[in-house]
Amino acid sequence: MDDKTRLREEFDKAVPKATPKPPYVKHGIAAFTIGGGICVFSQILIDIFQGYGLNYTEASTIQTIILIFLTALLTGLGIFDKIGRVAGAGTFVPITGFANSIVSCAMEFKSEGFIFGLGANMFKVAGPVLVYGITSSWIVGIIYYIYLMVS
Amino acid sequence: MLDIIVDYIPVFIVGGILCLIAQIVIDNTKLVSGQILVIYITLGVILTAIGIYEPIAKFGKAGATVPLTGFGYSLVKGTISAIHKNGFIGIFTGGLTATAGGICAAIVFGFIMALLGRAKTKM
Repeated sequence: MDDKTRLREEFDKAVPKATPKPPYVKHGIAAFTIGGGICVFSQILIDIFQGYGLNYTEASTIQTIILIFLTALLTGLGIFDKIGRVAGAGTFVPITGFANSIVSCAMEFKSEGFIFGLGANMFKVAGPVLVYGITSSWIVGIIYYIYLMVS
Repeated sequence: MLDIIVDYIPVFIVGGILCLIAQIVIDNTKLVSGQILVIYITLGVILTAIGIYEPIAKFGKAGATVPLTGFGYSLVKGTISAIHKNGFIGIFTGGLTATAGGICAAIVFGFIMALLGRAKTKM
């Protein structure tokens, strides 16, 4: 028993040493450049649509839809995963990551049926994002409304 | 040509930094991407509410609105402008109205790709 616990302790000490450290610099550069690149691409789209006379809200909505469409397409073709493995946070922090999580969950759970598979699991990752985003912005709305009433 | 490129530098830097922060967090903690997305959208809501995100969005444009913090920013901005327009109901309708395009696109394109594609992707 004593031997076992000692072995256990040694093992626990050895694991962090043996686990390869993530290549921080490489990951950081990839996330920064690819994430920044996606944002620049988006801004170019917005500027083009504004050039055609759309207002900012319309232009940025169309830009979001295009970005989501491209993500869905690349995810379906299996290309997004490969980019994502290199880009890390560079592809999952922009709206592309939100879209990718919906598409890949839908594809993954399709085999479990259309309603309780695809339909139910589509928002497995994106659902929590909406829950916390919408709830927190609702709270901000309530506070702002009361503030307007009072002042 | 050069001044066009200069215009996009703040976009690149703000977008890049938001992704870099998430990458540093993921490499140094046990958090996974799904948790970071939730933290990011909530942070976007809070930073917008206390007035910090608006200047970032003015400076970084798409660099601030495309990352998920920008989703939170749109939710709050939509809620506030709907409150001004419709009063109390706006608290409930504003956020989703402002983000409806993205959410609908993600659902519809996700559904179509799942119909067309084969399930071979892993998360």
